Amino acid sequence: MKRTVFPNRWLPYALVAPQLAVTIAFFFWPAFDSLRLSLYRASPFGDRLIFIGLGNFERLLADPAYFRSVATSFVFSALVTVLGLAVALLLAALANAKIRGLAIYRTLLLWPYGIAPAIAGVIWLFVFHPSFGVLPYVLSFVTAYQFNWFLKGWVALVLIVVAAIWKQFGYNLAFYLAGLQAIPGSVLEAASVDGAGPIRRFFAITFPLLSPVTFFLFTLNMTFSFFETFGLVHAVTQGGPGDATSILVFRAWKDGFEGLQLGYSAAQSVLLMLLVVALTAAQFRFAEKKVTY
Amino acid sequence: MAVSTRAATAGGTVVAAEIIGRVPATRRRDWSGAIAHAILIASVVMLAFPLYYAFVISTQTLDEVTSLPPKLVPSTHMLQNYADAWTRAKMGRLLLNSAIVALAVAIGKIAISLLSAFAIVYFNFRGKQLVFWMIFITLMLPVPVRIVSTYQVISVLGWVDTYWGLTVPLMASATGTFLFRQYYQTIPDSLAEAAQLDGAGPLRFLWSFLLPLSKANIAALFVILFVYGWNDYLWPLIVTNSPEMRTAVIGIDSLIPRTSQLPEWNVAMAAAMMVLLPPVVVIVVMQRWFVKGLIETEK
Repeated sequence: MKRTVFPNRWLPYALVAPQLAVTIAFFFWPAFDSLRLSLYRASPFGDRLIFIGLGNFERLLADPAYFRSVATSFVFSALVTVLGLAVALLLAALANAKIRGLAIYRTLLLWPYGIAPAIAGVIWLFVFHPSFGVLPYVLSFVTAYQFNWFLKGWVALVLIVVAAIWKQFGYNLAFYLAGLQAIPGSVLEAASVDGAGPIRRFFAITFPLLSPVTFFLFTLNMTFSFFETFGLVHAVTQGGPGDATSILVFRAWKDGFEGLQLGYSAAQSVLLMLLVVALTAAQFRFAEKKVTY
Repeated sequence: MAVSTRAATAGGTVVAAEIIGRVPATRRRDWSGAIAHAILIASVVMLAFPLYYAFVISTQTLDEVTSLPPKLVPSTHMLQNYADAWTRAKMGRLLLNSAIVALAVAIGKIAISLLSAFAIVYFNFRGKQLVFWMIFITLMLPVPVRIVSTYQVISVLGWVDTYWGLTVPLMASATGTFLFRQYYQTIPDSLAEAAQLDGAGPLRFLWSFLLPLSKANIAALFVILFVYGWNDYLWPLIVTNSPEMRTAVIGIDSLIPRTSQLPEWNVAMAAAMMVLLPPVVVIVVMQRWFVKGLIETEK
């Protein structure tokens, strides 16, 4: 805390007022309103709300489609995060040398972060396009299997995973490269002299020393894949085929704004809030236990 | 966005020093450098390929787009496709809206967080703890988890389909406040003391001392928020309903050929190129601040 302060009775209130106003109007009010709305459903004509207690939650937890969305969200986020980070780490470890022109590589790696998930999705949609895309064309020489994401749910999921990883991959790699450059070469050389092979050196030394970077990237990628990929799903697959790519945020939007089931959507929002709180708590615990500084 | 901890910060800060450009000259092996370059070049090419492909498509005629094998070299139709995309999607208006939203979110949020962080660090006032927690708890929950209710607030305010509705709700998060608070706390007390001795009031101190010192932090936050505002999809989709108020990322949806339509992917890709260019340029040009911002807003 600062010891030097300005003596003024009303000015600090004026200074925090804009932020407080925005926070109350667009954070507290909606958050509490979600809690309230989740206990109601709209009347058949949509003109008033009927209190149904925990009815929305009972309905959600009995709905297999909702659990499919939970599963889809976790599979999607896990694939984007784990696959994206693992490949980036592998390449960074293989490329760990004194590199000339690192600044140029960095620029060439960071730019995809600026592309909106929806636009990334549209580009990959065409790459995967069953009739004209380059990828199905190339694969047609290898196998007769039709990689048509309009029809096959798993191909659609692969499509959005690839688009999401593409956007994130460059900076994952850039951060791992930078993290590796920060590990003193002498440590690895000492291990090498002691007879540790490259794989042993990686798991015994490099990986633990990189854990803060991994943790940082893991958090960024999880948050991204859970909450910022709505546009990707909406612009590319519309949650389909069937509901193969209906991630949780997409389902909450669809039930609320297309199905006009406000209470049902609000109940999903409340469960999402609980999920975020739980993930944050888990993250704190993990951070205290496992991360090496 | 929001959820993270000290550990992430520590990891990030180490990396920040590195990535911003001090590379220790330690390891040296003859072949490892060549392998490293090969891997990095391959990665860079793989990353660039989809963008190159999209660009190539945006220069082709409809016949070339739909022919097999796919043609991977630029063609002659570039100007025509971009002009088509521009008029059909009313691109001028869409890009203007995106620019307004991205700039308003960035500048608005920077302004309100500079002020509130200043109040929290440089004043003692009743209810300060409460204010502090009210602001910082917003780090917990990103916008997508409370969409229906936020929309209802906007409709009560009569802000549906307005620039107010598009921008102000996106400012309700404490990332900026947190960043500036952290930074102000590192500034020595002697600076404020000296300013007070010189008879400078608090606003004078903010304007003439803190603001110039905060330039790097402002730039870092600006890049992150500009890209976020430009690329956000869920909120503009919900809060706008007239084509004139759409932002570019959602406005070009009508150009994307669906199954039953003429496969004019060349026009769709031309539109995509125009929409993705501004944030990518901002990141490349302001790269140093982008990396700083990425790390520091994740606290």
